[in-house]
Parts: sequence; structure tokens; C-alpha cells
Amino acid sequence: MIGRSLVLALAAGIAVAGAAEARDQIRIVGSSTVFPFSTAVAEQFGKTTAFKTPVVESTGSGGGMKLFCAGVGEGHPDITNASRRIKASEFEKCTENGIGITEVKVGFDGIVLANSKKGPKLSLTLEQIWLALAKEVPVDGKLVANPYKTWSEIDSSLPNARIEVLGPPPTSGTRDAFVELAMEGGAKKIKMLADLREADKKAFSKVAHAIREDGAFIDAGENDNLIVQKLIANPSAVGVFGFSFLDQNADKIQGAAVGGVQPEFEKIAGSDYKISRSLFFYVKQQHVGVIPGIEEFVREFTSERAWGPDGYLIDKGLIPLPDADRRSVAKQAKTLAPLSM
Amino acid sequence: MTDLLAGRALTDAAARRQLNRRHRAERRFKYYGLAAIFAALGVLAVLLVTIVGAGYSAFQQTHIQLDIELREDLIDPDGTRKEADIRQANYAVLVRDALIKIFPDASGRRDRRALARLVSSGADIQLLNMVLADATLIGSTQTIWFKASADFDSLSKGQIPRDVPEDARKVSDKQIAWFDHLAALGLVEKKFNTGFFTTADSREPEQAGILGAVVGSLLTLIVTLVLSFPIGVMAAVYLEEFAPKNRLTDFIEININNLAAVPSIVFGLLGLAVFLNFFGLPRSAPLVGGMVLALMTLPTIIIASRAALRAVPPSIREAALGMGASPVQTVTHHVLPLAMPGILTGTIIGMAQALGETAPLLMIGMVAFIVDVPGSFTDAATVLPVQVFLWADAPERGFVERTSAAIMVLLAFLIVMNILAVVLRRRFERRW
Repeated sequence: MIGRSLVLALAAGIAVAGAAEARDQIRIVGSSTVFPFSTAVAEQFGKTTAFKTPVVESTGSGGGMKLFCAGVGEGHPDITNASRRIKASEFEKCTENGIGITEVKVGFDGIVLANSKKGPKLSLTLEQIWLALAKEVPVDGKLVANPYKTWSEIDSSLPNARIEVLGPPPTSGTRDAFVELAMEGGAKKIKMLADLREADKKAFSKVAHAIREDGAFIDAGENDNLIVQKLIANPSAVGVFGFSFLDQNADKIQGAAVGGVQPEFEKIAGSDYKISRSLFFYVKQQHVGVIPGIEEFVREFTSERAWGPDGYLIDKGLIPLPDADRRSVAKQAKTLAPLSM
Repeated sequence: MTDLLAGRALTDAAARRQLNRRHRAERRFKYYGLAAIFAALGVLAVLLVTIVGAGYSAFQQTHIQLDIELREDLIDPDGTRKEADIRQANYAVLVRDALIKIFPDASGRRDRRALARLVSSGADIQLLNMVLADATLIGSTQTIWFKASADFDSLSKGQIPRDVPEDARKVSDKQIAWFDHLAALGLVEKKFNTGFFTTADSREPEQAGILGAVVGSLLTLIVTLVLSFPIGVMAAVYLEEFAPKNRLTDFIEININNLAAVPSIVFGLLGLAVFLNFFGLPRSAPLVGGMVLALMTLPTIIIASRAALRAVPPSIREAALGMGASPVQTVTHHVLPLAMPGILTGTIIGMAQALGETAPLLMIGMVAFIVDVPGSFTDAATVLPVQVFLWADAPERGFVERTSAAIMVLLAFLIVMNILAVVLRRRFERRW
């Protein structure tokens, strides 16, 4: 008796789920770096309009693209966030599945190297960063396992402290960007590697992108708050993480200048600070007009009160695009111009 | 003879040394055990002290009292009193005007913006809801407590240091002066943070609550219980009472024991492949979360139930059968009721495990920012441990204490469930 009613209840539950009516809520997936901004817009959008608050999942840029490009229809997300541009292979996958995409560039995110305020103030160059963290560095014209143990061995102007860098794991988008912008940027400045780049690009990438594994660089996990905690506890360590976390914890940690430029809001916005990347979101055109509110959501995201220099996203740590770029991107977003690669 | 031996043993120095050595070894063994227990208790104490120390302050929220003039010309200029018109009004202006009245020196756009930051950005919604609930308030002046914004909540709790340079903290010297002035006027007060228990997630720490996650956990656990309890108990009854002992049942038993040790993320992948991709069930829904967790809990329930059934003495079964009861009657009337306390204990422990799980939910989209409190099994929802995970990742400082507070709530649920399991066992367990 009890068993029978349970079976019935279960069957009814599944039937209800199967027959769920058309989705009336925007679904967003993608990068954990864009997540704080996307959620802020979603909340504002839900509060100020008659539409339901969109559901935002934090799946990582790659994971988001995979879900986004899987197909058209209610079961698939409408928007994906990315802390890098869509790859050609992902674009192809999307096109194959009949998906038209609109690209919206929303702003910048700086990647900072920071240490505790109790430690010395650092000023590094990209070259020094690479020499400190690369797996193999050139010594006397030959690549050898990185021999540097302290910062002062690289350059006598740097403190005589053990190299100890806490950074994101290889699965993180922040790590990808750090490797591409800081490590590769530094490697290019070294004569021997620049020559190698001319001769064999692949070999160059392999050397330039390899981070040492002898304990000087420590995978500290995806959680940037954890890195901040560890920096406060250990004044001799240096951390690599997103600018918002430096901004929020400026009373306890300080950012290292890179190439003489401090990691400050204006410097990142003006592209003077070199380790910064663009943030994007991508809209599925086939869902516009089917899932209610997508156009309005895009308009909210690209409105001055959200992403403008005084907007609420800036309070959340977003670094805005220059005025002219904002205007042109907003215009493109409004017409949902298709992306072609 | 024995007397002789005993006398010799006591007097012989070598024998006494040996005896002492044995006693010492005995004592040492006892101390090792004690040390192990104290080490475990110490670690637990450190954990609890850190969590409670970081989180207790989240149960208090700083409020700011303001006299709000609910001007009719701003809220409802046409006097229609229609909901649509009342919704259109800009309530943030009313809050800002009330602040400017106290601080007339704040002139210029920049200053006024900085001043408005003292009060939570949810203040306008609070006013809107008030006016919607009682339209007669329009035109009157009301004294209202608003939540202070997260930065000033932290400031008044001493989490933002005042003695560091201005650019190293989120609040400016001017804002601190304003805030201190309000406090001196008696307009700042710390109150119990009811909002933490009555609202769902938000990107503003002061407006974020755990209701959405608690309801999501509840819905998920209901699905888990409804699925795993009957299936688990039936499987255990069959295997224990009816199944023939052969290779097939041995194979099933090994598989069940293996499943109990499978990492939970694997169940999430299974849920993604089967429930979402094959059956097309909705993403992020408690229904799917509950089904995935049910798969994970099943082995625990089956193993516990089998142990409980096995503990019922065969004499009970034989007596029932001897009195003419059928095998089904024997099981349902006698064996199952006697085994029920053990089965329930196992079930509650399995449920407690399911309550604390995040990894399998990651795959089916329950790790998400969801503002609306879920109302049904198919609404998008998140669960308590996921909420902890999301807040721990948020850059805003205000989320630090809230993360710990959410952990405290989760721990409270787990403790209640485990106490329930102990009580059930104490009350109903029969010993033979």
C-alpha cells in the first residue's frame, strides 16, 4: 500500500518534470571571473523588471562554451560568460549546431602579483617574473632547470627572500591568462628565447609557458580568498590573483608594480598595466525572442549605470572599457550583430 | 604449591620487574588512547572556534534609522495609487534626500553618491514594498530602520581598520565621519539579522540570506528520502530474508559495498548523462539533485538496513512461522518493526551525508546564483553547502562572516539529524 503510493508519487513527479512548461527564466553559464559581474546584473535585472531573475552558473569559461554550443532549445543555456575570447574550435562547434552568436566585450580584469603589507614592496618586470617562475631558464646559452632560489639572485635590487609564489591551478582561466600575458611576455624579452621564437614558435611556447614544479610555485586552488589568507599569514610569499581581491583587501596586502606600473584601477583601465585580459559574454541569437528578457538583460548589462565609470559593476571590481569602446559595443549588442570568425 | 609460586613471584626481583613493566605498558596504552581522543577533540575545538569566531557577528546587522518623507509628487504624481505607477517611482532619491537633510554639507555629485553608500542598496526595494503594502503611507513621513551597507556594517563591527591610510580601505575618511555622526545621534543600531534567515542569495552581503539554500536543501532531501528509503529497505529485506545464497547475490552484495565507496562526483556525472541528457529533466532542479543524492545514499541505507535485519534473532522468525504466519507476514509484522530503529538510524546518517554534499550537484547545475526562493521540485535551486562554497569564493569582505554563519547553520542541521538518530536508537532499540 505504502509502496504503491510512493511509486505513484514518483511517477507523477517525473511526469510533471517532463511536462514542464516553456522556460521563462534566462540561464547563464560560464567563467567564474565574470560570475560576480553577471550575477550583479542578474540581480538588478530581476529587481527592476517584471522578468524573473536569471540563473547564473559558475562553470568556468571552457565548461560554459561546451554547454552553450551543445545546441538550440530550452535545455541549453542562453548566455555564456568567458574570461577569454571564444576559440575558433568552439565557434565551429556552435556553427555546426546551428547557433548564431553575438559577442559582447564587457570590460577588463587585471591579474595582480601581491604580498602582505608586512613584506617588502615589490617592483618587478615581466622578465623577472618569468625568470622566477619558468621551469627552465637560459644560463650561458643553454636551457637548464631553474636555479634561482631567491629573488635577489635574479636581480640584486629585489629582496633577498625565497621565491614562493601562490597561484591558481592549471584548470583556472586566471592561470591561462597569467601564463599567456606575464610568462610569455617575459620570455619574449630574453634574447635567446626571442631567437627561438623566430625559429620555432612551438618550441618557444613550450619553454615560455612551462611553470616550475620544484616548490617555488604553489598551486593554491581556485579560491582567491584562500590565497589572500595565506599571504597575510606568510609575509614572504607572493600571490597571483584577480584585481578585485586586491581591491577588497587593500588594508592587508599590496600589489607589486609590473614594469614600473602599479596595479591600480586607472592603470588597468588605460592598458598601462600589462597583465590584464578582456572579459566577454556571448548571446545565443536563436533564443532571443523565445526566452523572455534576453534583449533587456543585454541592455541592462551594457547600460551606463551598470558598466559605466560610476556603475554598480565598477563597485564589484569590473574595470570598464574606454568610453568610445563602450558606446560601440553597446550599439552592436543592441542590434545583436552576429559574430563571424 | 600455588602459595609457593606466588610467594616466589612476589619476592623474585626479576619477576617483579617484569610485572612492573607490564603495568607500565598497560598505562602507556591507556594514555595513547587518551592522547588520540584529546587530539581529535582539540582539532574539533579549533575548527569550531574559528568558524564561530568568524561567523557569530553575521547574526547581527547594523541598521541606520532615517526619517523618510514619502513625497506624493515623487511616488505617485498623478494620484492614481495604481501598483504599476507606484512601482515606477525612484525610491533611492527619497533615501538620499533623507541623508542629505542630516548632512547638508554633502554637496556635489561625488559627495552625495558617497553619502548614499552608507545605506544598503536594497533600501529602495524596502520602501517600495512598504508603500505597496499600505498606500495610505504616501504623503506621510515615516521613521524607518534601513540596513547599513556591508562596508559600514563591517566598519561598525570593527572588521575594517580605521587606522590604515584612506586608500587602503573601502570607506573614505569623510564617510567614516558621517557614519560616526549618525552613531552619535543614536541613529545607528545593531539588530538581530532576521534577513539572513528570510531572504535568498544576493550579491550585496548585507542583503544575502540562506532561506533559498535551506528550502533547496529541504526539497532535495525530500526527493532523496522518498526515493532511497523504500528502495533501500526493500532491497535489504529481499537480500536478507528472501534471496537464495548463490553467486548472483554475492555479486550484488560486492557491488553494493563497492558503490558505497565510489566518489560522489561520479554520481553527478551519471546524473548529468542519464537524468539531464537522456531523460531531459530540467537543470539545477531539486528533483534531479535529489535523484542523484538518492543513488549516492542507497548503498548506505542498504548496508545499514541489512545489518539491522541481521540483528533480529532467528527465534523471532521461527516463532512467527511456527504460529502460521506467512513469510511476508513474518517480515512485515515482526522482523521489520524490530529492525526499524537500526534502519532509521542508517537512513538519517545517509541523509546527513547527502545534506553536506556539493560535488555531484556541480555537474547538474545546482552550483548557481539563484535569487528566487524555489517553490517546487523543478524550480532552479541551490543547497546549503553550495551556498557556503559560493560565498567563500566571493571577493566582498562582508561574505567572510556570512560564509561562517552559513556553516554554523549547516552544522546545526547536521547535529540535529545526528542527535535524532541517537535518540531513536536509544528509545526503540531492543537488546536480546
